[in-house]
Amino acid sequence: MNQFKNFTKGFVKENPVLVLLLGLCPTLGVTTSAMNGLGMGLATTFVLVMSNLFISAFKNVIPSLVRIPIFIVIIASFVTIVDLVMNAYVQALHAQLGLFIPLIVVNCIVLGRAEAFASKNSILSSLVDGLGMGLGFALALTVLGTIREILGSGAIFGFKFLPEGTDGMLVFILAPGAFLGLGYLIAIMNATKKS
Amino acid sequence: MEYIIIIISAVFVNNIVFAQFLGICPLMGVSKKISTGIGMGGAVLFVMTIATLFTYLLMHYVLIPFDLKFLQTIVFILVIAALVQMVEIILKKVSPPLYQALGIYLPLITTNCAVLGVAILVIQKDMNLLQGIVYTISNAIGFTLALIILAGIREHLELMNVPKNMKGIPIALIIAGILSLAFMGFTGMV
Repeated sequence: MNQFKNFTKGFVKENPVLVLLLGLCPTLGVTTSAMNGLGMGLATTFVLVMSNLFISAFKNVIPSLVRIPIFIVIIASFVTIVDLVMNAYVQALHAQLGLFIPLIVVNCIVLGRAEAFASKNSILSSLVDGLGMGLGFALALTVLGTIREILGSGAIFGFKFLPEGTDGMLVFILAPGAFLGLGYLIAIMNATKKS
Repeated sequence: MEYIIIIISAVFVNNIVFAQFLGICPLMGVSKKISTGIGMGGAVLFVMTIATLFTYLLMHYVLIPFDLKFLQTIVFILVIAALVQMVEIILKKVSPPLYQALGIYLPLITTNCAVLGVAILVIQKDMNLLQGIVYTISNAIGFTLALIILAGIREHLELMNVPKNMKGIPIALIIAGILSLAFMGFTGMV
């Protein structure tokens, strides 16, 4: 039960993007479509799970004075792995996400979970925490991506539902739509939380 | 002329915050007052320029000759983290007033994705060193500009009657969206 709670807390109650407000840059930058959001979310999930796993496994060996640089090196190594693997197998998605793949390194969620959770808890809890938080991040990105894709290009996951010759509201695919979409999404989250 | 185009395009057309979504976390965090916005902008300008200089030299004289390009992410983030520490120590010794002004913002900068982002962009766009430095400084100016505009609006917002659920970050994001819409007006200028 405890592990289950640990797993699901990242989805809604402690959603990294919508409640903790971490990792806003990739959230805004890559959510032009639902697919991009999902891809970015899963890439971050992988980094989060692996870095949580390694950091909690080595937590007794890492000297606490230099722990932050060590965490960063561990995280950067997994980001490099994700970068190379995505470039090799899903090149179209890799090109779409572009700069934001190497920038997973500076995503506050990853370092935040390493510092706040993995360096204090057992391997299993850290693994579950990383997976839950990562999937919560992916969920938030996919939701925002879906909203922007529906409004901006009249499609869901690439399937266009608007008739031929009509277009969505282009502004939602462009930069302003990202800010507006995320702003309203967080406001909606706040409203549901209080009631 | 080439440099003027780089400057205008980085500050206005492709503003680092409103068009490229880099450095949103510090933007939301420190844009409550204009004075803190200026302090953060100065610190970013300082660290970003030094970071680009170091990462550029490292990339072109170490990583590329030894065929170690895949280490880019790891090396860059370590260099930036080390630089931030070093700048902090040096500033403390050499210029206490400047340290007083920028000190509290420096630790925040390591996790500012704008610094790493610009360092990578300079490599990706195949710029030479001078172009890279000009590009970096213009981006830092663009960041400061965005920060100050947003801080100015948020200072006024304190007195406004904002709906309860929109207070804080949501309304700041929506304002950023409207500002980004305004910045889109610069598209096509260069």
